[in-house]
Amino acid sequence: MPKKVVSGNYAAAYAAKHARVEVVAAYPITPQTSIIEKIAEFIANGEVENLQYVPVESEHSAMAACIGASATGARAFTATSAQGLALMHEMLHWAAGARLPIVMVDVNRAMAPPWSVWDDQTDSLAQRDTGWMQFYAENNQEVYDGVLMAFKIAEHEKVNLPVMIVESAFILSHTYDVVDMPEQEEIDEFLPPRKPLYTLTDFENPFSVGALGTPADYYEFRYKIAGAMEEAKKVIKEVGREFGERFGRDYSQMIELYRTDDAEIVFMGMGSLMGTVKEAVDMLRSEGYKVGAAKVRWFRPFPKEELYELAKNVEGIAVLDRNFSFGQEGILFNEAKGVLYNTDARPIMKNYIVGLGGRDLTVNDVKAIAKNMKEIIEKDELDREVEWYHLKR
Amino acid sequence: MVSLEEVTKMELPADVKKRLTLPFEEHFYAGHTACQGCGAALGLRYVLKAYGGKAIFAIPACCSTIIAGPWPYTALNAPLFHTAFETTGAVISGIEAALKAKGYKVKGEDGIMVIGWAGDGGTADIGLQALSGFLERGHDALYIMYDNEAYMNTGIQRSSSTPYGAWTTNTPGGKKHFLEQRPKKKVIDIVIAHKPAYAATASVAYPEDFMRKLKKAQTIKGPAFIQLFAPCPTGWRSPTDKTIELARLAVQTAYFPLFEYENGKYKINMPSPNKEPKPLEEYLKLQGRFKYMTKEDMEILQEWVLREWEELKKKAKLFG
Repeated sequence: MPKKVVSGNYAAAYAAKHARVEVVAAYPITPQTSIIEKIAEFIANGEVENLQYVPVESEHSAMAACIGASATGARAFTATSAQGLALMHEMLHWAAGARLPIVMVDVNRAMAPPWSVWDDQTDSLAQRDTGWMQFYAENNQEVYDGVLMAFKIAEHEKVNLPVMIVESAFILSHTYDVVDMPEQEEIDEFLPPRKPLYTLTDFENPFSVGALGTPADYYEFRYKIAGAMEEAKKVIKEVGREFGERFGRDYSQMIELYRTDDAEIVFMGMGSLMGTVKEAVDMLRSEGYKVGAAKVRWFRPFPKEELYELAKNVEGIAVLDRNFSFGQEGILFNEAKGVLYNTDARPIMKNYIVGLGGRDLTVNDVKAIAKNMKEIIEKDELDREVEWYHLKR
Repeated sequence: MVSLEEVTKMELPADVKKRLTLPFEEHFYAGHTACQGCGAALGLRYVLKAYGGKAIFAIPACCSTIIAGPWPYTALNAPLFHTAFETTGAVISGIEAALKAKGYKVKGEDGIMVIGWAGDGGTADIGLQALSGFLERGHDALYIMYDNEAYMNTGIQRSSSTPYGAWTTNTPGGKKHFLEQRPKKKVIDIVIAHKPAYAATASVAYPEDFMRKLKKAQTIKGPAFIQLFAPCPTGWRSPTDKTIELARLAVQTAYFPLFEYENGKYKINMPSPNKEPKPLEEYLKLQGRFKYMTKEDMEILQEWVLREWEELKKKAKLFG
């Protein structure tokens, strides 16, 4: 299997190329830009055929153009970050509502003000209710694999919903790592050309998409999307398993578990920070701590069942949120607690707000968190529910 | 009495058919939900006739969203994508890109027409950026702005295309004499500043002229734009049987002259006035929206119309 040393962004660009995307409409924004630059390079070098590149005048138009292209039957791709994603927000709803399997890479970046270009998950999590699936990559390989799987999942006849592949600003986007890339023929077998649910080129049977839905009909349209999201869980597992069989990296679990079998404390989080957490888990294990890591790969659809299976066997879960919902708490923490409420799983759960705006989360930080969790479990008393871990005092 | 279905299936005698200046076939069906006397509905009907249903439509939030019919109905015998208010230019760009990627023939006699059909608010205001992007990038599609000079679908609010002195629900006429205080934005000039392949004004009162321009947009390579004057009896407070008369007077008074721009050249089309334009008052007095105007207001608007008309004539002379 060919290997390349690439940045997370180039991994995304190569994956889009290997997925044989037909339309890319995108707008520059740091730290996403090198994805679309690389794709433009593929075109300039004649490395891709039949790829239309639309250098739009805003992210809102990027998503609108992808929507037009996808509704015309094309495989459409774009990428953005933070402010750009927020500008797209209206059209994210539109893509899902029109049941279009667009794939987008979002490079997590903190929302302004104050200006920041560094890692923070609040931009993508703020799009939680748009009907997009969300996959958080831990490393460049997962960015690449994620994009390839995303098209297959999104285009599945029972799904027809868009997917956002999320990677960390700079920590992944601009950091080089070895990425395995299968041969094009193998990818073509895994990901055949798209068979659209509908296309605007159907002149024999003209129809309209997105027409007024009165109170007598709108409700059922939403129910169908809810159902497709549930179906997507099965499809994600199937496609993740198939990916593993073909290429040796299994993604059949929506939550990746790391040394959790006999763990008393589990660190839960998403994205690149989970690499640091795994490193810390190894060190803590060698010091006698019974700890493990649970990396939530898919935030939407949310892997409720997998979380329950994990939660019922552990004493404490430390949820590391590189994001925050003002007036509430970390977003993953909030979701995870909600999932367990109607179950018999009752681990102690504490929320650590970490890494906002690119603040480093180190192995030592994770070790300190483990110690704090151990004390809480021993005393059986939560010192506080939400802790702003790095706060300068 | 003949049923609608029978009418649509009627075969005309050959000698009658020969005299027709517009295609006989209908692709805009009865049952649409436009108001009586709606200029936009008439315009949409001509567009569908021009391309015989071989067109993909993108329609943003506007009256036509409703006119086309609620789910699961459509009044258009052509694929239609309903889209968000400000996105027409971007969505047609994406549709065109997809057609090219998939190897379809775009435009030309047997090609697919990609059409953005948007109102003046969706074009001159919220959609201006996407329109600019579409024109500047040179996509092979046609953008039609049907201009009824206000946000009619939301209930008659002013747009930047509303003329000076007009009453709307957010520029009402009262004791303080509010009314619209700004002149009509010249969207066509903004479009022409992009040097598009083709730009034109058209009017529902002159369907042959409109049809010719639609055909032109089909044969020309690159982005095309048509600003279609489409009276709105509901918003203009005008009698529903005066739509054509009003549209005609708008041209004859030079309030809305018909012209084309192609390859850097301007051409004023007959039936724009070839001598003195008719007095604007003839046009204004038929519409309730202008009834609050003072004599002075009318003079201001008349002066604006003639100044713009002179400017257009100069352009046609200089760049003819």
